[in-house]
Amino acid sequence: MLALIPLFPFLGFVVNATLGRRLPKSVSGGLASLAMIASFVVSVMSVWQLAAMAPDMRAIDQSLYTWIASGDLSVSLGFRLDPLSAVMILVVTGIGSLIHIYSTAYMHDEVDSEFARYFSYLNLFAAFMLVLVLGSNVPVLFVGWEGVGLCSYLLIGFWFKKKSANDAGKKAFVVNRIGDYAFILGMLALFAKFGTLDFQAIASAVARMPVEAGFGVLSITTLLLFIGATGKSAQIPLFTWLPDAMEGPTPVSALIHAATMVTAGVYMIGRNAMLFSHAPATMLIVAIIGTITALMAGTIGLVQNDIKRVLAYSTVSQLGYMFLAMGMGAFGAGIFHLYTHAFFKALLFLGSGAVIHALHGEQDIRNMGGLRKYLPITYWTFVIGAVAIAGVPPLAGFFSKDEILFETYAAGHWILWIIGVLTALLTATYMFRLVFLTFHGERHHGHASETSHQPAPADLHRPAPADSHRHDASSHLHDAPPAMAIALIVLAIGSVAAGWIGIPHTIGGGNRLHAWLEPSFEARLGSRVVPETPAPEAGGPAFSEVQGAFAGRRPESDETALERTLMLVSTVIAVLGIGVAWQIWIKRRDIADAFARRFQPLYMLLLHKYYVDEIYDAVIVQPIRVASQEGLWRGFDVKVIDGAVNGAGAIVDASATLLRRLQTGSVRTYAGSLFLGVVMILGYYLWR
Amino acid sequence: MIPLSHYLILSATLFAIGGAGVFLRKNLITILLSVEIMLNAVNLTFVAFGRYAGNLDGQIITFFVMTVAAAEAAVGLALVIALFRHRESLNPDAFTSLKW
Repeated sequence: MLALIPLFPFLGFVVNATLGRRLPKSVSGGLASLAMIASFVVSVMSVWQLAAMAPDMRAIDQSLYTWIASGDLSVSLGFRLDPLSAVMILVVTGIGSLIHIYSTAYMHDEVDSEFARYFSYLNLFAAFMLVLVLGSNVPVLFVGWEGVGLCSYLLIGFWFKKKSANDAGKKAFVVNRIGDYAFILGMLALFAKFGTLDFQAIASAVARMPVEAGFGVLSITTLLLFIGATGKSAQIPLFTWLPDAMEGPTPVSALIHAATMVTAGVYMIGRNAMLFSHAPATMLIVAIIGTITALMAGTIGLVQNDIKRVLAYSTVSQLGYMFLAMGMGAFGAGIFHLYTHAFFKALLFLGSGAVIHALHGEQDIRNMGGLRKYLPITYWTFVIGAVAIAGVPPLAGFFSKDEILFETYAAGHWILWIIGVLTALLTATYMFRLVFLTFHGERHHGHASETSHQPAPADLHRPAPADSHRHDASSHLHDAPPAMAIALIVLAIGSVAAGWIGIPHTIGGGNRLHAWLEPSFEARLGSRVVPETPAPEAGGPAFSEVQGAFAGRRPESDETALERTLMLVSTVIAVLGIGVAWQIWIKRRDIADAFARRFQPLYMLLLHKYYVDEIYDAVIVQPIRVASQEGLWRGFDVKVIDGAVNGAGAIVDASATLLRRLQTGSVRTYAGSLFLGVVMILGYYLWR
Repeated sequence: MIPLSHYLILSATLFAIGGAGVFLRKNLITILLSVEIMLNAVNLTFVAFGRYAGNLDGQIITFFVMTVAAAEAAVGLALVIALFRHRESLNPDAFTSLKW
């Protein structure tokens, strides 16, 4: 049953990849969407089945066959559905289906074969993503991990005739490779330490160990896994690929680079919650990296002018929040934010896609404005998404973000909390800057503001329309076609309501998601996964001790008061952020320019994304390039390798020139040497 | 009774004469004849040793050598004729080009 979930999209991929170019668009797109919907239905049925079980026993295992059996190592191609992966498969298949449906309209300008290629990649991605979240051991997860990386590369570079798209795809792949390398090392370290790669077996083994005090094996292992996660989930230092990944089609950005793939790192930490919580050193690093990333990406997002890039930095920033939650040991809160973020960020990306679609490829928000009356559906759904991400109650983003901030504050990391709150303010501000610049005010026709210091926006992924075409574009601006509108509306409803399953106890909710996820973060010591372990109570205390180490829990009543206060703070911050954006970009638009001129260096720093790309280029790329070109190519390859090959030839040539003098052709010379040889051999035997 | 050493000295002398002929003469036929002399020097040694040891082994081997020498002379002379037809010369130094 579980195997069907990734199998449906995979079959869709096979059909579209082989027959796709001969199929009309409605068939190939419909087939791909149907595959996703079928997968969604099976997911819902499986989760239903899971929910019917007793909370402590919730797990469905399916082992297809033994994949690797070598000595002590036995890896099965196995899937496991537990509460954590249940949330993930519902997100992946549910939002994935909507994005497939949306894509049938968005990609309609492509020719049939390209259209089918797009959907085959999209299906393949979904299949790998489902393998990733369903895998019951590290290698199976890694197969999905690499597979989604591949599909990310293929889809970013989907318009491969455009150099920037190609470069962005390569960048994403190479940067991810660095993280994956660390991930492989982490996987080997896990095997060396525990002798198994099954998640449950690792968790129950680690549960019997004490929490690591210093920086030991567990810390190194988890740190390596975390480096893998920074690559996939675009955290410092490996986040630079994600903004460039916006070269891909917009639905791809929504699916891969907002809702699903980039959250794989967060999921991976949640999957190994037991392991990570035994390595407090790593957890602190995770939290710090997450916070810094959230702040840094948030500030960059404040000044970017490309609608998709703002959203990309926003994604990086929100992923930072998730890692902050993970680092605080609040795994439930992190996954909760992952889940709500999937709704509103997918919605925002699809909304931006609808805008880009209506404007025939225009992505620069300085050339937009006043679209509210032309694109009402897009406008209202986009605003809902923006309110949700800003964290205004009772929309989805509020509950999850608030829970993360609360957990951070409760754990006593008030510096991280302040940065988190600051980032929340930034989030609200840049999201509404985007809303106001895109949909409000006057409509600007294709000219970049003269005060801009950025080179002309080169992000138009479509062939640029003729200028005359764009000037009268506003006359026939069309709102999202039905397939796109459906996806937008469903996601908007999700963005409003998704948070309600995680309403905290303090304001009368049940926080059901938290209770649902709880078993996934514990080692299931008594369960059938490790039947030989007799002591179920061994895991309980260890886990609560871990929890205690991370969240210095206060008495219940204090906690309630504190939580309510913090909620109020979050709400005020969100509204304040929106107000700031309103003040600057609606009332007094000149303030923004004035600020930019006043703090020119800061503005330039942010506009150029802290020059991180330039620094990486100077520190890593160029030295490698020069070392490769001058050292490895011109030095080692040409001189040493080629020298050895040519040298072998030259030696044979030279020795042959000498030796050929011996072969005179004169019979008597041969007879003479023969005679001489006989004399010498005989002489040796006679006189030795 | 002639002692063994006399036979061996004679044989060595004949062998040296033959060898010198092979190296020094410039006529292929003479060289072939010199080779025959060397073979017969060896035959003499075999027979002498056979007589000295009191058995027939030396003589048997000599018959074999004579048979081979006859065959070799036939083939050698045929080659000499072929070479002469080709280049109108019997000087071995005329045949050093290693190709036809």
